[in-house]
Formats: sequence, structure tokens, C-alpha cells
Amino acid sequence: MNTLPNPESRAQPVIQIQKMNKWFGQFHVLKEIDLEVVTGERIVICGPSGSGKSTLIRCINRLEEHQEGQIVVDGVELTNDLKHIEHVRREVGMVFQHFNLFPHLTVLENCTLAPIWVRKQPKAEAEATAMKYLERVKIPEQAEKYPGQLSGGQQQRVAIARSLCMQPRIMLFDEPTSALDPEMIKEVLDVMIELADTGMTMLVVTHEMGFARTVANRVIFMDDGQIIEQNKPEEFFNNPQSDRTKLFLSQILQH
Amino acid sequence: MTERAATTSILNNSEFRRILYQLLIAALLIYLGWSIVENTIANMEARDIRTGFGFLNETAGFSIMMSLVPYEPGNTYGRVFIVGLLNTLLVAGVGVVLATIVGFLVGVMRLSQNWVVSHLANIYVEIFRNVPLLLQILFWYTAVLKPLPGPRQVFERNTEIYFGISNRGITGPEFILLENFSFTTWTILLGILFTIGMHRWSKHRQAATGQQFPVVFVGLGLIIGLPILIFLLSGAPIEFTPAKMGRFNLSGGITIIPEFLAVLLALALYTAAFIAEIVRAGIQAINYGQTEASRALGLRNGTTLKMVIIPQAMRIIIPPLTSQYLNLTKNSALAAAIAYPDLVATFAGTALNQNGQALETLAITMTVYLSLSLLTSAFMNWFNSRVKLVER
Ligand SMILES: Nc1ncnc2c1ncn2[C@@H]1O[C@H](COP(=O)(O)OP(=O)(O)OP(=O)(O)O)[C@@H](O)[C@H]1O
Ligand SMILES: [Mg+2]
Repeated sequence: MNTLPNPESRAQPVIQIQKMNKWFGQFHVLKEIDLEVVTGERIVICGPSGSGKSTLIRCINRLEEHQEGQIVVDGVELTNDLKHIEHVRREVGMVFQHFNLFPHLTVLENCTLAPIWVRKQPKAEAEATAMKYLERVKIPEQAEKYPGQLSGGQQQRVAIARSLCMQPRIMLFDEPTSALDPEMIKEVLDVMIELADTGMTMLVVTHEMGFARTVANRVIFMDDGQIIEQNKPEEFFNNPQSDRTKLFLSQILQH
Repeated sequence: MTERAATTSILNNSEFRRILYQLLIAALLIYLGWSIVENTIANMEARDIRTGFGFLNETAGFSIMMSLVPYEPGNTYGRVFIVGLLNTLLVAGVGVVLATIVGFLVGVMRLSQNWVVSHLANIYVEIFRNVPLLLQILFWYTAVLKPLPGPRQVFERNTEIYFGISNRGITGPEFILLENFSFTTWTILLGILFTIGMHRWSKHRQAATGQQFPVVFVGLGLIIGLPILIFLLSGAPIEFTPAKMGRFNLSGGITIIPEFLAVLLALALYTAAFIAEIVRAGIQAINYGQTEASRALGLRNGTTLKMVIIPQAMRIIIPPLTSQYLNLTKNSALAAAIAYPDLVATFAGTALNQNGQALETLAITMTVYLSLSLLTSAFMNWFNSRVKLVER
């Protein structure tokens, strides 16, 4: 795992967020966000419920629109320009808490839909790629089944494979394990750890602090729409700076 | 079996009870049905009413204001049945198509982000869904179409009329397709065949190379554009014979009678309000997460709609849509209220009053509606099974 390029040495920002602000109506949900992510970096974002973690990563692939500041992904600034948005969405994959698989398509079709319609790949090629990623998430034998026939953990692994089939440069995860039964969490985390080993740039919203310790290069703590603190995992967990971080950690590490 | 179970009465056995109840109900139904038939036959014999289907070959003797096949008063009751059946099928068939188009449009409008559009759709649904259908038929007929000015006010004397609307309905020219028209017919047929082939070819090519082909545009060009060109090139081979306004009256041409229009409008707009609700509910039932996942994968909105939303919504929409089609067909019997000559008004109405063979006439008529319903259901079930989801 440590054969990865050291992010600091290859400081090539793939996401740049500057002075970004977002409101939901009157409600100021993200405040003056500054964040740079370099290629290969693995970031874990945590913080109390409602602090804006989901909204932040959803701004990165424009599922949410920001009102002020700048977001540049893979060299392209996110504006209302549809071409820009399409480019960014091709390069950024996303995994949701509730999987959001397409229930009317088989596992294989879930994985080939976007490569065929967005990347304009031949079907055979798209299917070969899909099988490769289904093998990587360890469920190639489920390819012909429908999502409703799979367990939660299997569904989430399909969702990861579906995103990977677009061969994105960045992967976003929004609480990928929090809708899963405890015995299924590990199988999904294992897949994510293997993905990290391949050098994928990852932004993960999660409360799995074990995952943060072993996989992340950087842990970001958010509260009230702001980035309160960010640090390497050891520092973050052993030596938190702000009181809010300490309080949060004491609550979450109790169990 | 344990001793206790063996000692309890068989009457306490749930399986036995279920069968017993079913037998009792079946016996009751058979007795009721049999006594009705016996009673009716006895009554008819007592009053010297004849039975059998021989009357279908007797002369009807009355005229019908609209008929898709040649009909005159000298024709038989059997012919009256055909005329009425075709009129029912016409108004129901066109009604289903129109209701589907309007219903889907209004249903999608109700989901619009645009306040004005969604509220207009809302008002439409609330009005047309909540006014009794019979009233709506009477409204279109007596309040909208009948008060239109008569032909004498609308058309000048001794003129040829290619298009006009009066209280006699919509008047247009009669048309005859000349020999050269076959070029156009063939072009349309070839266009359809070619488009089907092109659709297959484009699917295969997309599977093989990933390239997409604008099948819809090219197909429309082949099926509509090219035939128009051929039609013009072959010298526009249609001969129109306009209607004529004489000194007092209209003659010739084709007329769509107001009775038909009133029933059609009422049936279609009323049913469309229900279909709109079904469509709205069907689309809304699709979790927003489906749209978000599609966007996150980079799919465009059109592709998302076509590949993700509509296939799932159709599964929810089709069963209730089927029952709306059935309702529309059955409701078309209300046409009798304004004397539109449908099956009920002609065969089970005027004809029945003359020949008095109520049992046979009503049996035939009910069988027709039943068969229409079963056929529609069967078709929609087949269609639904093709789009069904595999559940866990
Ligand atoms: N579409 C929306 N419209 C209005 N308010 C919203 C919307 N989405 C989120 N919010 C609000 O914005 C705030 C931040 O939401 P967000 O989902 O980003 O929080 P989160 O940190 O991901 O929380 P959680 O841990 O519960 O997922 C919350 O107060 C939420 O109620
Ligand atoms: Mg969240």
C-alpha cells in the first residue's frame, strides 16, 4: 500500500475549491470552503449530522450548485456550462449511502449503461470492463441477477463497480456503509481499501474511524458548514486541536 | 396424529371448513342462476314472447345517422349490430388514443418546475375528474356543439365547401385516391420497413462500435418526409370532392357529426384527467436517487429519462392505465344519452324496442363489452409482463 506516490511530492491538484459558499434558500450550508486534493490522495470527511459533509462532496460533481467561490475539478471549472459539467461527471464517480442501483437492469447492465451511453463504448468492450470490475469487487457470479436479488453489501459493491466502469479519476463516497448491517460493512470496506491500493483519488464521508486510520492520508473535520480542522490521521486522532473536534471524537470513539 | 386432534370434530378442521364454505356458495349461486332462467322462460312462455336469434335476419326498418359501413333501413338487425359495434369501437379507439396523449402530457406538466404550467395542469385534472361524465357529454353536446350556427348561417348559398364547422359538425371534402397514389402508399410501407431495419442495424452497430445513430429523425424523414415528396412528385394524386351548400341544405362531402365529437371529447378529456394522475404518481414514485445516480454517472437528462425513469415508471403506470382504458370503453355506452348511434343506442336501444327480444339482445351486447374488456386486459397484461421488474 505504501508503494503509492507520496501526495506531497507529486503536488498536482485534481480538485481545487476556493472560498466556496453555498446556501439552501436562506440557510448558509457551506461557508468559505477552501480545499485542495492532489492525485492519489485519500481523504476522509467526518463531522456531526447536518454539518454539510454530503453537500460538500455533492458540489464536486455538481449534484448541488454552489453560489460563491470556485470549484475546479480535473482542470475544469464547474459553472452552468453543461459541457464542463459533463466532463467533470465523466471523471468523477460517486457511491451513495442507499446504493441507488437501477432496479430494472441486471447487475451487468447497471455497469455497462453509462460506458455505452456516455463513453460510447461497444457493448462487448463495456461488458468485458464490467466483468473485470465485478471480479475486483468479488461478485462476478451475480452479473445476471437483478439488484433486488442481492444483499445490501453486494449491492453496494455493485454500485462501486458501476462507478469504476466509467474509469473515473476521482471517487466520492457518501457514507457508503451506514445503511448496511454490521456483518456486511467489512466486505464493502475491504473493496474500498483495495481500491485505495490502486492509487485512486478518494473522498470518503464516513464515521468508520478504523478505515480513516488505515487508509486516509488526511482527515477533515466539518461542523456547521465549515472545515474546522484537517490533519494526518495519527495527528487528527491523537492530538485534535479544536474543542469541537475533541467533543466529536469523544462521542464517536465511545462505541 | 395425536389423540386430542383425533377427538376434535371434523368441523373444526380449517381445510374442511374452507371447502365446505365454497361448496355452499357455489350451490347457492347455481340455484339462483337456475331459478332466474327458469322464471324468465316461464314468464316469456306465459306471454307468448318468442326466443332465439332468428330476429337478427329480420329487417330493421329504421335509419342510423352515422355508419362506417353501408347501411340503409332495409338492412337487418344483424347489420344494425355491426354498425353499432363499429361506432362503439371507433369512439372508444380514438378516445383511448386521445386520452393517452392528453393524459401523459398533462401528467408530465403537473411535475413541471414552472408554476403556471403545473397549476394549469392541476386545474385541468381537478375539473375534469370531478364533474360527472354524463354531464360532460351533455355539456359538449348541448352547450358547445349544438349552439353553433347552422349551415345556412355559416356557408354561403351555392358554394363548394372544403372545410367548415357548424351545428351539423365538421364538414370536409370527400376524397378519392387516384391510381398514382399507390406510389405514396408503397413509399410509406417501404419507409416503415426500412426504419425497422435501421433500428436493428443501429442497435447492432452501437453494440459493436459504440456509435449511435439518430434513428428517430431519419425514420421520421423516411416515413413522413419522403412520402410527401413522392406524393407531390407523382402529381398529388388525390381528388377532393367538396361538400356543396345548396339553397337550403348541405350535401356531399364528409361530416363528422356533433354527437360523435361530443362523446369523443367528453370520454377522452375525462379519462385523460385520471391518466394524468396515474402518470404523475408513476413518475413521482421513482426515487430521486435514480436521477442522481444517473447524473453522477454522466448520463444526460434525455438518456436518464429514456433508460432509467420511463422503464421504471411504466411498470407502475400500466396496470391502472389498463383499467382506465376499460373504463373508457364501458363509459362509451353513455353515448346513448345524446343518441350517438353506438352499440347500446342502436342495437340494444332502437332495435330492441322494435323486436322486443331483450334477453338475446342484452346477452349479445354484454358479451361484446366483456370480450372487449378481456381482450384489452390480456393485451395489457402481456405488455406489462415484458416490462416487469424482478423482485427480490
Ligand atoms: N436540498 C436541501 N434543501 C434544503 N436544505 C438542505 C438540503 N439538503 C441538505 N440540507 C440541509 O443542509 C444541511 C447539511 O446537510 P448535509 O446533508 O450536507 O449534512 P451531512 O453533514 O451530510 O449530514 P448527515 O451526516 O446527516 O448526512 C442540513 O442541515 C440539511 O438539513
Ligand atoms: Mg450526509
